[in-house]
Amino acid sequence: MGVWILGLYVFVLSMMVGFELIRKVPPTLHTPLMSGANAISGITLVGALLVVGEGGGRLTVILGTAAVVFATINVVGGFLVTHRMLSMFRKQD
Amino acid sequence: MPPFVVEFAYVVSGFLFVLGLKRLSSPVTAPQGNAMAAGAMLLAVVATLLDQQIISYGTLAAGLVAGTVIGALLARLVRMTAMPQLVAVFNGFGGGASALVAAAELLREGGANPGAAEAGAAAVGILVGTVTFSGSAVAFGKLQDLLTQRPVTFPLQKLVSGLIFLALLAGAVMMILGEVGPEMLLAMGGLAFLLGILLVIPIGGADMPVVVSLLNSYSGLAASAAGFVLGNPLLILAGALVGAAGLILTQLMCRAMNRSLANVAFGAFGGGGTVAAGDDGERVVRRTGAEEVAMLLGYASRVVIVPGYGLAVAQAQHEVKKLTGLLRSRGVEVVFAIHPVAGRMPGHMNVLLAEADVSYELLLDLDDANGAMERTDVAVVVGANDVVNPEARKPDSAIAGMPIVDVDRAANVVVIKRSLSPGFAGIDNPLFYLDRTLMFFSDAREAISDLAREVKEL
Repeated sequence: MGVWILGLYVFVLSMMVGFELIRKVPPTLHTPLMSGANAISGITLVGALLVVGEGGGRLTVILGTAAVVFATINVVGGFLVTHRMLSMFRKQD
Repeated sequence: MPPFVVEFAYVVSGFLFVLGLKRLSSPVTAPQGNAMAAGAMLLAVVATLLDQQIISYGTLAAGLVAGTVIGALLARLVRMTAMPQLVAVFNGFGGGASALVAAAELLREGGANPGAAEAGAAAVGILVGTVTFSGSAVAFGKLQDLLTQRPVTFPLQKLVSGLIFLALLAGAVMMILGEVGPEMLLAMGGLAFLLGILLVIPIGGADMPVVVSLLNSYSGLAASAAGFVLGNPLLILAGALVGAAGLILTQLMCRAMNRSLANVAFGAFGGGGTVAAGDDGERVVRRTGAEEVAMLLGYASRVVIVPGYGLAVAQAQHEVKKLTGLLRSRGVEVVFAIHPVAGRMPGHMNVLLAEADVSYELLLDLDDANGAMERTDVAVVVGANDVVNPEARKPDSAIAGMPIVDVDRAANVVVIKRSLSPGFAGIDNPLFYLDRTLMFFSDAREAISDLAREVKEL
């Protein structure tokens, strides 16, 4: 079985897990959920680190470094702003 | 560090992402969930950095530091009212990064034929990631009022978008056949950039909740595609989770407007603008002022406040909180009715009111709010229009079938609004002309703070 097919399994199953997890989210959490999920999509940072870290031509390093900066903004900013939002939600009036 | 340790760290990280996302779906556990997801990310990044394949740390460190500083500053300094724009910006960076990763990996392999699967995944990554990037940039421009919030359309727009999409498909096929030089990748990126602009520019401000959640989904799918290019299951997993989450939100938003995604994407709502004139009989509105409304509210037993985008624009959330407190101390039951697409992103009103310290337990969703509308003395509409428009109940209306907050079933309705101008959908609102409706023409912030003052003097 190829790596590709395994990847496809991971993809399909993760999509299903995502659908099941999010289905019942209350509207109050829509924004934090979106922004938290958005930060998770910054996982591409790992890919960027691998691409730049393994070295290559100048173009690869330039594009890869830009990807590192972009993804880090996404990750750091995303988690922090989600935290900021969530800490505003209060039960008591 | 041996490779299997890194791989194992990725597995733990993937597990924590799933758990974190699960916790993010309940108000009590959400902060924990966010921290867990952040921890998962940190684990994955540290494990990657310790990977023995990595040979050059200098540029990595510089990139990480730069990104951290920019991201942290944005997250700390941007005002809560600008949250939709900020989410769009972060989204765009994520999508852009995935496109760059896909391209950089192909280039690293130095033009060697990467194989059909990897090249195909790279094509998808570049396409979806770049569309996310430029689409988010346009969404940011609209939300920040740098671009008009009205739909921008020009002749043959759909044809042009369609042709660009076909060109991208052809490019993807060429990539799969082994054409993966820098020029090819640049052409793909350039066309996708244009496509992203063309897809978002015809969508109006009121449809932004759909756009923002769809782009959120795209940024996840782009990360997954990058994962396929690199053969990294963690990227595939995390990206797919986000892709699914974004799709669900998108679907929820569409349902809240009773419109299909295709209709939002290509409908250019409110652009053509057929203003339903309808019965032009006696169309008189009853004007009111702070004093009268304060009496009404102060002696009511149940008040429902319906916030809309106008509340965000006027930044009246703190005044609303103050008024709520005053009324509640008089024994008036005050709740908020939140329409799913009120504002410019999913959950916009909830975040806005949370910022002003309004308890989330006072925020009712559409069903709960409507269920209790009959025993409501006063419904106060603050800066909302289409989401309370009874026209939606008529089958021939432009917003037909859109679920609305049934404020016209409350005993009294007060609409705080700057003028009689129609809402985003460009159709008149019969609610304003009802006998039980009082129109309070004013800026939302001024109106609410006047009301608070008057209520205090009762």
